[in-house]
Amino acid sequence: MSVTDDIDVQPSSRAIKPPLIGPGHDLGSVTDRIGGPVLNRNTPMFWLAVVALAAALAGMLSAAVVYLLLKGTGIWGINIPVGWGFAIVNFVWWIGIGHAGTLISAILLLFKQTWRTSINRFAEAMTIFAVMQAGLFPLIHTGRPWLAAYWLFPIPNTMNIWPQFRSPLIWDVFAVSTYFTVSFLFWGIGLIPDFATLRDQAKTLIVRRIYGMLAMGWRGSARHWNRYETAYLLLAGLATPLVLSVHSVVSLDFAVSVIPGWHTTFFPPYFVAGAIYSGFAMVLILAIPFRYLYKMQDFITLRHLQNSAKVMLATGLIVAYSYGMEVFIAWYSNNKYEWAMMMNRFSGPYRFYYWMLVLCNIIIPQALWLNKVRSTPWKLFLVAIVVNTGMWLERFVIVVTSLQRDYLPSSWGMYWYTKWDLMIFIGTMGLFTLLFFLFIRVMPSISIFEIRTLLPQAKVKE
Amino acid sequence: MSASIHENPSTVYGVMAEFENPTDLVHAAKSAYSAGYRSLDTYTPYPLEEAAEAIGVHHNKVPLIVLIGALCGMAGGYGLQYWVSAIAYPINVGGKPFHSWPAFIPVTFECAILGAAVSAVLGMLALNGLPQPYHPVFNSPNFVRASRDRFFLCIEAADPMFRLDETRRFLEGLHPHEVTEVPH
Repeated sequence: MSVTDDIDVQPSSRAIKPPLIGPGHDLGSVTDRIGGPVLNRNTPMFWLAVVALAAALAGMLSAAVVYLLLKGTGIWGINIPVGWGFAIVNFVWWIGIGHAGTLISAILLLFKQTWRTSINRFAEAMTIFAVMQAGLFPLIHTGRPWLAAYWLFPIPNTMNIWPQFRSPLIWDVFAVSTYFTVSFLFWGIGLIPDFATLRDQAKTLIVRRIYGMLAMGWRGSARHWNRYETAYLLLAGLATPLVLSVHSVVSLDFAVSVIPGWHTTFFPPYFVAGAIYSGFAMVLILAIPFRYLYKMQDFITLRHLQNSAKVMLATGLIVAYSYGMEVFIAWYSNNKYEWAMMMNRFSGPYRFYYWMLVLCNIIIPQALWLNKVRSTPWKLFLVAIVVNTGMWLERFVIVVTSLQRDYLPSSWGMYWYTKWDLMIFIGTMGLFTLLFFLFIRVMPSISIFEIRTLLPQAKVKE
Repeated sequence: MSASIHENPSTVYGVMAEFENPTDLVHAAKSAYSAGYRSLDTYTPYPLEEAAEAIGVHHNKVPLIVLIGALCGMAGGYGLQYWVSAIAYPINVGGKPFHSWPAFIPVTFECAILGAAVSAVLGMLALNGLPQPYHPVFNSPNFVRASRDRFFLCIEAADPMFRLDETRRFLEGLHPHEVTEVPH
């Protein structure tokens, strides 16, 4: 008896949650609202302003990279002992940000979290653009990217030399390039039915032709949808272990070495949690202005923001636990080098960065426990910015404090970035923003066909 | 135009019925399937599992293709590493064996995923016959709404049971919004 009571109670308690789509929408209005900003011939002023600024920053990036290629990596702050500076810090930071997209698309799909539908498309785009920024850093860090092709990939060459497959750095090349390819395929396959919608809604011939080519003749046939859904689900299943593997492999770049502070077995889960943490922070940084500027509050509702905030809170606590374990293991291992490294973080020359990281990644995000913060977009936006600052500091602390003082005090040194380091880092933010804004101008930023499936009138009545 | 179609049924691709909601479409598709039509298809603005079930579409070959892709990627990835590390460029690193298989697992895994993902997308497109620059259903007058808010059922002329007038009358009995002939 009580069992049936429970079953009866459950749907009504679920119904209290606010809906995922604002009231009054039907199949047509959803299409118009999401497709509208793409097909509208008038480009909004804020778009032009943001793109102009982002393009200027991307131009600065190009100039700095050209100078780097002419002069060599000596224009950066890297030197022995800190041979891994901004380039690796930024690489790990951007790759981490890129994790939320596939997590939202794949893992939340497998868990049947329907709220993912409003944010998966632009989170996937964010992933692709973030991984592009990340990939740039190791390439230019080699100093000679045109030679890096055969350093990184197994390409036959006249010297008959091949990459070292026992090295995590080569695993990383395969992990990141596979991740990029699979994310791109996932994003692209999701766009096909929406391109068909844009083709059919387009008002001018040229626009119809362009989206027609991109849609590849999609016509919504039941046989096509059947295979499409299978392929989509399989991609989600494949991307799930992949997304967890990528940052694990990135962390092995550090963990397989014998440097104090890096040589730990818990780096993979610690890095993956941090990646999802920063990825969701970036989703919020993009979603909150986007829903406001394009008036998409009906699709990206407060519930989406709250759920993202909860994921951030949970992964943030895992990250906080990892920081604690790092300290505990350094003490408990009774290894004097590990403990010296930890003392160096607490009170060495980079202590400001370490304590700022604790403030940004552990203390301030505790505000997410408050419902008031989770349901106020601008407060959430500020917390997300703080978290991504903290995540950048985390990578800076990991890379720099371990390298600057390892076993031999005679080989200790300091690392300070130069203006070229800063220009390239800020430039990638510009390039990322530029790509993202171009994306929201020409492609539907929310998956139209998946949003349709959430509407009550999309269901077949018995 | 429509007069000439009546005179010569071979120029007709099929008869298309337009429905306003998914429930009517699924009902009509079920009726058409149980009436014996087999060359038929539904066109919907989002995936509608019930519509596929109604016209007898259940399983597809995508999973098999993905499995083959995954195995090829796996074998290719491992084979590449073995060949490079043990045959083409055997180099002693820290006394590790040339064929140090545990170190080859991450790249093997990545290559398996890559092979599977690429074959999922390409396999799906190939089985669907995409990209396809031309298809007769787009000649149907209101078909632009198939990617928006309408639901279509097309009984194709290729079906042995297809008789233009009869099929048309049959579809008109299923409460459609409109029934039209689809020229080639």
